[in-house]
Amino acid sequence: MNLNEWIFIGLFFALGWALPATPIVLGKILAPKRPNQVKQQTYECGVEMVGSPWTQFRAQYYIFALVFLVFDVELVFLFPWALAYNQLGLFALFEMTVFIFLLVVALVYTWRKGALRWS
Amino acid sequence: MDNFFDLVPLVVMIPLVGLLINLFAGRQLGERGVSIVAVGASGMSFVIAVLLWIAQVNTGYEAAVIDMPILSDWIVIPSANVTIPWAFRVDTLSVTMMLVVTGVGTLIHIYAVGYMHGDERFPRFFVYMNLFLVFMLILVTGNNFLMMFVGWEGVGLCSYLLIGFWFDKPGGVGWKNSDAARKALIVNRVGDFGLVLGVLITFWTFGTLDYYREGEAPIAHHAATDAEAPLFAPTLPGEEETHAVSGPLGVFNQAELWLEEGGHQVNFGMVSLSFETTLTVITLLFLLGVTGKSAQIPLFVWLPDAMAGPTPVSALIHAATMVTAGVYMMVRANVFYHAAEFSSFVVAVIGATTALVAGFIAVGQWDIKRVLAYSTVSQLGFMVAAVGVGAYAAAMFHLVTHACFKALLFLASGSVIHGMEHGHHHVSHGHSGHHDDDFDPQDMRFMGGLKERMPVTYWTYLFGTLALAGIIPFAGFWSKDEILLDSLKTGVDKGLLSGYVGFVLLVVAAAFTAFYMWRQVSLVFLGKPRHAAAAHAEESSRLMTWPLIVLAVLSLLIGFINVPSGFPILGWLLGEHQFTSFLEHSVTYAHAGTFSFLLATFAVLLALGAIYLARSVYSDRVLATLREDPLAINPRTQRAFALSSAKLYWDEFYFKYLIYPYRNAAYWLAEQLDWRFWHDYVHERLLRDPFNAATRALSGRVDKQVIDHSFDGLGHATRRIASRLRRIQTGYVHIYTMSVLFGALLVMILILLPLIRDWLGL
Amino acid sequence: MSGVPSLSDLNLAATLPVSFLALYACLLMIVDLFVPRTRKHITAGLTMLGLGIALVLALLPLAGAARFGDGERAFGGMYIADSFSDGVNVIVLITALLGVMVAYNYLDRIQRQRGEYYSLLLFTTLGVMMMGAAGDLVVVFVALELLSIPLYILSGFRRPQEASEESALKYFILGAFASGFLVYGIALIYGATGVTDFEGIWAAVEEIVAEDASSKYLLLVGAGLLLVGLGFKVAAVPFHMWTPDVYQGAPTSVVAYMSVAAKVGGFAALVRVLGSGMVNFALDGGLVAAWQDTVWLIAALTMILGNFVAIVQSDLKRLLAYSSIAHAGYMLIGVAAAGSAPVADEAARAVIMYLMAYAFTNVGAFAVVIAVERDDASNTGLESMRGLAVKQPLLAASMAIFMFSLTGIPLTAGFIGKWFVFKAAIAADLIPVAVVGVLTSLISAFYYLRIVWYMYFESGESEAHVPVPLAWAISIAAVGTLLLGIFPYLLSDMTHKITLAFGP
Repeated sequence: MNLNEWIFIGLFFALGWALPATPIVLGKILAPKRPNQVKQQTYECGVEMVGSPWTQFRAQYYIFALVFLVFDVELVFLFPWALAYNQLGLFALFEMTVFIFLLVVALVYTWRKGALRWS
Repeated sequence: MDNFFDLVPLVVMIPLVGLLINLFAGRQLGERGVSIVAVGASGMSFVIAVLLWIAQVNTGYEAAVIDMPILSDWIVIPSANVTIPWAFRVDTLSVTMMLVVTGVGTLIHIYAVGYMHGDERFPRFFVYMNLFLVFMLILVTGNNFLMMFVGWEGVGLCSYLLIGFWFDKPGGVGWKNSDAARKALIVNRVGDFGLVLGVLITFWTFGTLDYYREGEAPIAHHAATDAEAPLFAPTLPGEEETHAVSGPLGVFNQAELWLEEGGHQVNFGMVSLSFETTLTVITLLFLLGVTGKSAQIPLFVWLPDAMAGPTPVSALIHAATMVTAGVYMMVRANVFYHAAEFSSFVVAVIGATTALVAGFIAVGQWDIKRVLAYSTVSQLGFMVAAVGVGAYAAAMFHLVTHACFKALLFLASGSVIHGMEHGHHHVSHGHSGHHDDDFDPQDMRFMGGLKERMPVTYWTYLFGTLALAGIIPFAGFWSKDEILLDSLKTGVDKGLLSGYVGFVLLVVAAAFTAFYMWRQVSLVFLGKPRHAAAAHAEESSRLMTWPLIVLAVLSLLIGFINVPSGFPILGWLLGEHQFTSFLEHSVTYAHAGTFSFLLATFAVLLALGAIYLARSVYSDRVLATLREDPLAINPRTQRAFALSSAKLYWDEFYFKYLIYPYRNAAYWLAEQLDWRFWHDYVHERLLRDPFNAATRALSGRVDKQVIDHSFDGLGHATRRIASRLRRIQTGYVHIYTMSVLFGALLVMILILLPLIRDWLGL
Repeated sequence: MSGVPSLSDLNLAATLPVSFLALYACLLMIVDLFVPRTRKHITAGLTMLGLGIALVLALLPLAGAARFGDGERAFGGMYIADSFSDGVNVIVLITALLGVMVAYNYLDRIQRQRGEYYSLLLFTTLGVMMMGAAGDLVVVFVALELLSIPLYILSGFRRPQEASEESALKYFILGAFASGFLVYGIALIYGATGVTDFEGIWAAVEEIVAEDASSKYLLLVGAGLLLVGLGFKVAAVPFHMWTPDVYQGAPTSVVAYMSVAAKVGGFAALVRVLGSGMVNFALDGGLVAAWQDTVWLIAALTMILGNFVAIVQSDLKRLLAYSSIAHAGYMLIGVAAAGSAPVADEAARAVIMYLMAYAFTNVGAFAVVIAVERDDASNTGLESMRGLAVKQPLLAASMAIFMFSLTGIPLTAGFIGKWFVFKAAIAADLIPVAVVGVLTSLISAFYYLRIVWYMYFESGESEAHVPVPLAWAISIAAVGTLLLGIFPYLLSDMTHKITLAFGP
């Protein structure tokens, strides 16, 4: 690899870093700062942190995490597939259809069961 | 005599058996039984090491590679063409290390029997000690870098366990002990990261991790042309023959061949580096491992804290053996370091700087063991610097002598502490109601005048001090002199900067050594007692003083194994550089030092001058009313002493520039990125609210009561499951799991039965 | 295999029963969401419809009609659609059909009538089918999880009854533990051979044996760990300890199904992996695979322990649990016999026949337990059988048939299964273990026939509910048990085409 390609990769890296960083920094500069105790706390699945972390978690967070995983895993698999779509052809389209179908089934099921309702 | 070589697995197995006995039967055996088993295991290992040494002498110092009977195919992955056998290497270098580890180890075991008497975890202590021997011996006897790494990590584990051995001491001391243990483990992790990378790159480069294959003799690169050729030609059966060794070579000979051919490229996927560059990378990564394990700058900060462990541990692990593992490794890899000049320069600078810095800090300490700890760091710096200037034999020589006199000093300091505790006990028992809570048996301010109370400890301590200070004819003189001379010669003869830098720094460090040691002797033993405890201190038991006497004799005599050439009379009497000639059979680039009368005189005079200076600063008059160090009162030395006393603010520097920024970054990530951005914004705005809206629109209003009710139900169910879970876990499932496990074991035995029969030849 | 496969390479048609059922199960899960609580008979009916269609699809190739698709291999050899997988499909589909029939009213009675029950049942059925058709260790693992996870849930289906929850949790923890062994075994086998597909393993084993390479140790250990993982699934001693607890705690309808289905899956995989992939793993260059001794020793242990402990049981479900352990032992004889290369095919056929016989008999026996069980899960003791012949003559007669079949008395399916298994064992020169099998069968007669004795010769206040679907299920099982026993060629015709061997 010659130097130019490295520069390109470096640029790509910088851009990838800057894209999420810019809104955060902008937000930090522009946003009104009214910290209160709730906001200062460490994130822990939306519960207020009280006492030791050796407690039991309520089951609905677990369901929430599962549903999140559905989208997360889907993206992980879809992305390389989409990139190589032209080379893969019908076979991969079929595989991906099956995959998305399974996810949709799961999503519809959870939705209908009310697992997405957040109280 | 060939059979003796086959004994080498025993040197590891015997302590292993010892520790297993103590592990499972320690409670039943009682203190006496545990001691016999542990000391016996260590002593038998020593006997084996001696036998191996005899075998070496008798076979003309031929190296032998011994496969372990069962583990000969330790790691074999046919699909990746990887073979790493579990093989032991018996050569002069490993035999030297074995003798040191088991010899000093046995003495310290005996001492520990007296020292740990009455401890509630007596058996466990000796289990850990034997475990340490096992791993240390694996480290030094292995024939490949992976075995060395196994031992390396194992001794680290033992170090961790033993530093924090008294983790439950009351009054916050336990916390300090376990913090020290954790500090050691974490700091070493940084170094081990370097070592692992180095080993991996080595494997990638050479395709093997063996030092030398079986039947392969070291070959010397440029042996014919190099002006700095060793005085003794290494035992090579001729280059042509070694070239004829079939199959892949071990890493060192392969390196020699590639260096000779020149232009070899190592391909790392995208980039390819020249072989010389690769070696530099490998050696620098190894150096990172060394700075961790052998407590060099910048990772030396753990060793002084490691003195929280029991004193025998400090003596065995943190002075005599484990911390020298880094030196051993670099000497083992001397072929690499010889070829990588830049790395050698870095090694020399780091070693010499460490020697000086640690020597400087040692002056300002009050804790008797802390002084010795910094002294150890400093002496390790001497050894590392010796490797850096190419004086591999001198480094090993100093390693051996240092193991004797530093173990002696630590054990003697343990004896002092023991005596002080005894005295304190006696005092506070006599005057009930009188309690001084700030009494510390390790603080030298409370001591003084122990010479009369503890004569054996005093005299042995004096021997250790003189050896460490480098006073002729004690052991330290010979080894330190050789390092100094070698670094000077490297500077003058080869014109290398590292030689000059090393020499200057080391000479100053040597002066500091003599100074702080005499300061310590003055504070502890001379003058009058400054505390009631010191006045009532008692000499320790025979179990503890006998090892001291043996080590004191060793500290006096061990230097004679390597009298430099050209030394009048003694050289003729005892033979010249015996130890170097011994080592040369396995360390390709070991070379013997000559003797420079001028330098030796200079060094001894310097040490004597430093002792005189210390004696005048800490005179009996000053000691009688000592509250503060005279150096701290004197305006000219005040600032320097404060700096030394505060350990150059090294820990504070790490906290300020590494640990706090890291923690702040973590806070920032947690607060801003995770909480504000991810939770507040992404989860709530983007996910939760739309979901809420969507589900509400879909299902219509659901009565609040129903939701509450069902969640309450969920909570109850969770609690019920939890209580049930607890019952199951303490009740049956673990038994079932064990049955599955034993079943799996049974299946393994059954399925391997024919093969086991084959092995046993039935 | 390099390059991008095209759609036709998949040979999707060959997987028709499985892929159909997979699609059907997914759709059923969605459809069920729109079926109101009170009308779950729709879901049950749809489930049976799907299982029925799949059964027809599975029977077609067995009945001599042409096989679907282009050859036996699908998904690049990962899926094998041959007579063996057809046999497995038929057995498990019949079991599932019976399982739905026994479950429907039972779920109503325990007030756990949920659509998920049927979806989960379909998914675990799929897992079993995939195990039978696996051509690759990875598929074995995926299928095993697909088979196991719904079973864990089903075991706890009687929430919030504590016994049911406890059994689910136990089953889950131990099952996960056993899966770990399986994965480790797969990893070691991969390490030794460099492949995971059975044909590749077969070729690699051939090479390892020829060269006497040191990787044979790795391979042996891998095979052993595999045996542990699958041995757990089929409840072989010493991995059986979960069985009685889980069988007792889980809903009886689930037990009726899973006691058969998990065994079908486990044995299908064992036969595939050991009897096909590693059948040539003979260390001394002979024809006897190195793992054979281990398997038959485990078989002997399993038969002895299962039968002896069953004698002292006083609870029907626990008794049947130990009985199921014992039967795992008999089937393991078949697996052991498959270790002798010339007998391998015959042994595989014997295992399939045994499983078929066992399916009808065991589901039937548990169906009778369902009939006598009260709504609060009580009344499953042996005394609940007292005087059943007077109150419910047909039910008692069916139970007697099942007990005879489990004992292995001629003219029942159980006899045929045992006959073929012992025959294979003798052909494979495993005479000691065959003797153990016969002797323990005699012992088992004691506790099986004691139930018959209770029903016919003692009087008591037995009670039973036999709703229509349950009655149908029991009748089908009883008739099946008798038919297979009287016309054994039904079985041998179904299996005669099974050949597993690779290579010449």
